[in-house]
Amino acid sequence: MLRYLATRALSLGLSLVVASVVIFALIEVIPGDPASYMLGLNATDETLAALRTELGLDGSKFDRYLAWVGGMLTGDFGVSYTYRVPVAELVLDRLWVSLPLAIYALTLSTLIAFPVGILAAANRGGVLDVAIMGGTQLGIAVPNFWFAMLLVLLFAVTLQWFSAGGFAGWDDPLLAIKSLTLPAVALALPQASILARVMRSALIETLEQDYIRTARAKGLSRRQAVLRHALKNALIPVLTIIGLQFSFLLAGAIIIENVFFLPGLGRLIFQGITQRDLVVVESVTMLLVFAVILVTFLVDVAYALVDPRLRRR
Amino acid sequence: MIGVENLSVAIHGTPILRGVSLQIAPGEVFGLVGESGSGKSMTALALMGLLPEGAEAGGEILIDGRDLMRNSEPDWCRVRGNDIGMIFQEPMTALNPVRTIGDQVAETLTIHGAAEPRAALEIARDRLDRVGLSHIGMDAYPHELSGGQRQRVCIAAAIALHPRLLIADEPTTALDVTTQAQILDLLSALVEEEGMGLLLITHDLGVVAGMADRIAVMRQGEIVETGPTAQVMAERNHPYTRALLAASSHVPERAAAQRPDPLLQVEDVRREYPGRREGFRRGPPIVAVDGVSFTLHEGESLGLVGESGCGKSTLTRAILGLDPVQGGDIRLFGRSIVPQMPREMRAGIQVVFQDPYGSFNPRWKVDRIVAEPFHLLDAPPRGSERHDRVAEALTAVHLSPDDMAKYPHEFSGGQRQRIAIARALITRPRIILLDEAVSALDVSVRARILDLLAELQDGFGLSYLFVSHDLTVVRAITDRVMVMQDGRFVETGETEAVFNDPQHEYTRALLAAAPRLDLAS
Repeated sequence: MLRYLATRALSLGLSLVVASVVIFALIEVIPGDPASYMLGLNATDETLAALRTELGLDGSKFDRYLAWVGGMLTGDFGVSYTYRVPVAELVLDRLWVSLPLAIYALTLSTLIAFPVGILAAANRGGVLDVAIMGGTQLGIAVPNFWFAMLLVLLFAVTLQWFSAGGFAGWDDPLLAIKSLTLPAVALALPQASILARVMRSALIETLEQDYIRTARAKGLSRRQAVLRHALKNALIPVLTIIGLQFSFLLAGAIIIENVFFLPGLGRLIFQGITQRDLVVVESVTMLLVFAVILVTFLVDVAYALVDPRLRRR
Repeated sequence: MIGVENLSVAIHGTPILRGVSLQIAPGEVFGLVGESGSGKSMTALALMGLLPEGAEAGGEILIDGRDLMRNSEPDWCRVRGNDIGMIFQEPMTALNPVRTIGDQVAETLTIHGAAEPRAALEIARDRLDRVGLSHIGMDAYPHELSGGQRQRVCIAAAIALHPRLLIADEPTTALDVTTQAQILDLLSALVEEEGMGLLLITHDLGVVAGMADRIAVMRQGEIVETGPTAQVMAERNHPYTRALLAASSHVPERAAAQRPDPLLQVEDVRREYPGRREGFRRGPPIVAVDGVSFTLHEGESLGLVGESGCGKSTLTRAILGLDPVQGGDIRLFGRSIVPQMPREMRAGIQVVFQDPYGSFNPRWKVDRIVAEPFHLLDAPPRGSERHDRVAEALTAVHLSPDDMAKYPHEFSGGQRQRIAIARALITRPRIILLDEAVSALDVSVRARILDLLAELQDGFGLSYLFVSHDLTVVRAITDRVMVMQDGRFVETGETEAVFNDPQHEYTRALLAAAPRLDLAS
């Protein structure tokens, strides 16, 4: 188990180093000088040079890379060109929206997908299965921003149960959760549809295994065989998808954040790109990469917890 | 007393079982013999109330006068594991890989409410000790155990509640001969101790001959002959019983003519696998084949026997040029076999595996499957010549050239093996390597394939390297035999001499463990 974790952790570290080099190199080759962009067309060479020094844009590439990485390791992500505040501060504010939103949506999607997937697999070929497969097909096909607008129309405009957008802040946790509910539902729908289908097919495959027959021969009912023997074995592909979905939800909610006017990470990086705020883009991208790699690592750990065959490696 | 009266089963209207009746007394071993598709397993599943969907059953299954056919599903759940236990053919996959063995044995007790979880674990420990696993911890996972050990775990779980009847469906078919003998001994001992009935289902007459008190021979869903084992074996009233017995000890007629030209020379070959990882280093390499030498002559049939893990598959892969050797040399027609050898050399040695279905692309038609080795030739035949060659190969294995346009799933197991042999013949090789090529086949199909192999050998002057764990088959088809254990040959010699007067103790142990038809008493 320890060796397995050590190799996974090593691969996590290496991935981070490679990612940081790639991100830094990409930002370097993007055309456009942030300093001239910020100061406009009429800036003199002296002011430009002064701003470059202030932003740390002079010096060798290698030095700047080291400074960037070293800064991140100590929690210093640089200062945003446009906002003129530390990037760490900006990110932290947004993270308080994006992270809860991602967790909220993922929790919803898992809570829906597990029972739905299990029901479909247990009734394979039956009316319920066909209905569930049709429903999930629809869930994947419907664009989530359109679904989000429907939610707004119904629950915010007509029923007025929720506000149509904006974020209330965490001073009142209940209010914060309430303002995240509609976006989370909109995000969770397609994810739950995908996850339910994965759950169903993984479970169907497991139900055909010999050990299910053994379990039935011991006197377990179909239901007991599913819950006690099939479910845990079907979890590996499901965990993989959950890991991928979490990474996607953290960064991929740009459109939903725009529909609901949420100050999240997706919007931050979008603004950073349009305004050539490279420090923000660089740091947020790195942070997202870190989150994705960390989630992958956690999924690997979860594999080992589920499957004893991985622990002995 | 457990009785089956006039049991019939139909699946979607197709009759599978017709009027099957049998009685199993406490402490009795009842052997149910037949070929695949004869309905043996379906009878067992009916006794467990586990018939597949769409099955309709009639007749009676009686335990002490209680008719189980009237059971509701919850009633069946109380019967399974409690009154009737069952073990299956594939011990490697019969246990849940993510739960400990102690847990899986104890589950039989907890699911029937026979014990609290803690007490159930204690009883499970006791049952595992009884089946000979006292040295294995309760927290072991299935992947840490061998096939024989896993079958013992399955037995422990099946007998945990002292059932009246244990059904064993081909319990040893997937196991080596010595392991098979141990498992059969264990089952015999348990029958005596527990006073339970044992329904032993097998295609192997040798297994029931040595063990069953009574047997029933099944064919096409019907019992054609039944009675005390010795009597059935001696009288053989039904023609099918006679055919089955003849097929299982069938020896094909072979011409003895051999030319002493060496085709394949294996000299002091050594195969190693990298050792276990120990931190950042590796342990010493694992030696799978250790200094093995032999020569295969033209027109000769050479047997290689040994149990799983003895190194015969590793040696086979090296001979086919799939893996490099770490020492020694393998020479085909005087040239070294290495993974980088030219393609046309591969055309000279072809292979037939145990499971032809697994080695066929299910989306390819037979003509493409059979013609595939042509890519080994520098000038592969095209057009009508290609067609003729495929037709010729199919005819040689007694299939019709019309079969070219069919897909593999349209054939039976024996026919598929014929297709695999046709594929091996297509490049006109000198040597065919038969890797457990008849091990998965029923006795009568096996007898016909053995006849075919003998005929092809005479017709084409082929040399065979026959790799198998099945001693009867090796004895029937080979001129010389090599016995392999732990990566070395412990005994080699003329087949009859080795079988009649084995010199090495391992050979003697193998022969003693092999099931024999003449043991019926």
